[in-house]
Amino acid sequence: MSRAIGKTAGLGLGLAVALTLALSVPALAAGGDLGAVDKQPVNVSAIAMFLAFVVMTLGITYWAASRTKSTSDFYTAGGGITGFQNGLAIAGDYMSAATLLGLSSLVFAKGYDGFVYTISFFVGWPIILFLLAERLRNLGHFTFADIASYRLDQNKIRTFAAIGSLTVVCFYLIVQMVGAGQLIKLLFGLDYNVAVVVVGVLMVVYVTFGGMIATTWVQIIKAVLLLGGGIALTFLALSRFGFSLEAIAKSAIASHKDGIKIMGPGTLLADPVSAVSLSLGLLFGTAALPHIMMRFFTVPNAKEARKSVFVASGFIGFFFLLVCILGMAAITIVGTDPQFFEGGIVGGKLIGGGNMPVMHLAKALGGDLFLGFLSAVAFATILAVVSGLALAGASAIAHDLYARVIRKGTATEREEMRVSKMASLVLGVLAVVLGIAFEKQNVAFLVGLTFGIAASVNFPVLILSMYWKGLTTRGALAGGLAGLVSAVTMVILSNAVWVVVLNNPAPIFPYEHPALFSMTLAFLVTIVVSKLDSSASAAAERVAFDDQFVRSQTGIGAAAASNH
Amino acid sequence: MSNPVYARVRQNPKFHELVKKRSRLALGLSAIVLVSYYAFMMVVAFAPQVLRAPLSDESALSVGFPVGAAIIVVSWLLTGVYSHFANGEFETLNDEITRETLQ
Repeated sequence: MSRAIGKTAGLGLGLAVALTLALSVPALAAGGDLGAVDKQPVNVSAIAMFLAFVVMTLGITYWAASRTKSTSDFYTAGGGITGFQNGLAIAGDYMSAATLLGLSSLVFAKGYDGFVYTISFFVGWPIILFLLAERLRNLGHFTFADIASYRLDQNKIRTFAAIGSLTVVCFYLIVQMVGAGQLIKLLFGLDYNVAVVVVGVLMVVYVTFGGMIATTWVQIIKAVLLLGGGIALTFLALSRFGFSLEAIAKSAIASHKDGIKIMGPGTLLADPVSAVSLSLGLLFGTAALPHIMMRFFTVPNAKEARKSVFVASGFIGFFFLLVCILGMAAITIVGTDPQFFEGGIVGGKLIGGGNMPVMHLAKALGGDLFLGFLSAVAFATILAVVSGLALAGASAIAHDLYARVIRKGTATEREEMRVSKMASLVLGVLAVVLGIAFEKQNVAFLVGLTFGIAASVNFPVLILSMYWKGLTTRGALAGGLAGLVSAVTMVILSNAVWVVVLNNPAPIFPYEHPALFSMTLAFLVTIVVSKLDSSASAAAERVAFDDQFVRSQTGIGAAAASNH
Repeated sequence: MSNPVYARVRQNPKFHELVKKRSRLALGLSAIVLVSYYAFMMVVAFAPQVLRAPLSDESALSVGFPVGAAIIVVSWLLTGVYSHFANGEFETLNDEITRETLQ
């Protein structure tokens, strides 16, 4: 059973949480499997709507291709995305299919506890704005390695940061591909392999031809569709209850097997260490995901960067509140309707698995057409996220490793572009191959690993390079390595690998998310080693902080938007 | 060995004013968000009955729902507060510094 649960985590962030819960709470485990279900009948309206989305986005890619001339266009849309557009695109990145399905199903299954998780997903955004957004924009050019290596050793730190990015990108790509295959098999009735290949091919087309411009617009369109769908569905759900949240709650209490208990915190979050580690991993792991950081380089200046976080967090917060209402409404509408349960047994196993409540709700309230629409949006969502990932990976290869480290800045723009397009093609092929190879594998551990590495390897070097004068190359490398080793070790010793994959009776490391421990360790090691570093280069690196600080604060000397 | 442009910025008292004001706001707002979130999580873990209490005697909704929604809404409003000052007053100050430095 947990094998199947593991696969659901493939959907990413939201399901990562669902998974954490599923593995730690046996009650949820029963409903957590998405991978184990049989292929559904081919859903014609869903496929038709998805095709419409594909045609539209390919049109945009064609348009974007004519505007993608320089490396700056390719990596960052020439810095020409407005704050509002970028805000929508960030929201699109964050409101994944997994958030919609995972969070609503948590509320459906656990009531208030699901809401607490939703809040934990949200609070990172203000912090990203207050502490990171403007400095990211002022210091970065194309990649996060630009910032990390700003005053440190170009070769060592850039290589390290690029490899950190690539690792996160590859793991997250596998997770998304496996999730896409499972979800599409379920919603569209298509073959797993077909789904994975379709996602891979479209991703490569968007990225190689349209670069960041196409990727951004795919993300924006998807965000608008998802928000629109969410609003319409919430409206339909509320209309069933006379637009009264009170009525939804009353009816949910009457319908749920836990009754009144769903209105307050349950057993799910009783362990604060676990909750804090999870929220730290989500908070700082998200902030250090290469494809999220990259979004801040697409706006012309720090002012627009701030605006984009304000817009993004507004949409995300709003959407999350909708998702919770949907989960609550589903308790009554889906939870008491035999047509959504296997064998028609109310309270038994949900058709399609535990992540399906919102899809069933769409069918109950809006019929097959609405279900088809929401399925198409879910597919589009995965497509948008993998495109962003592929682009971030391609920039780490072409900009950091090829142009800066190997060619030491002597590569022409054409050469760099060629390498980046080749890199996205290779990443696409790799994603498809790995996606197919991992079909029957448990990829749950990759979610913990992705966020663990992002929070423990990328994040400490990023934040310290911006905030702490004392950081040196040696310190950054030692701390990054400590973060990497500890995060990987803890994930291996945790339930997701030690018990689920390696079949040991009990996990050695009791928490799903290592961030609290591995991130703390990474910070400690970085600081201690930097302090002890008395080399001449370290002294020069400390002196260089003053100039970097001025640029990070004022944006003087920052990469400007290209004009065209 | 420092870049003369950046050295000039550092000599400008307005730069220090900008850094001080903006850092104070950013850290203050971060503290509000983090303290309220982690306080909330501690209540969830150690005093769940507080959040479980019904809003009123005949209400099905519990206190926890408006509290949770408030955390999301207030956090978002604080991003608005930060953007308002950082993109208004501080940005003007920043522009002045840039102009004085580069002329």
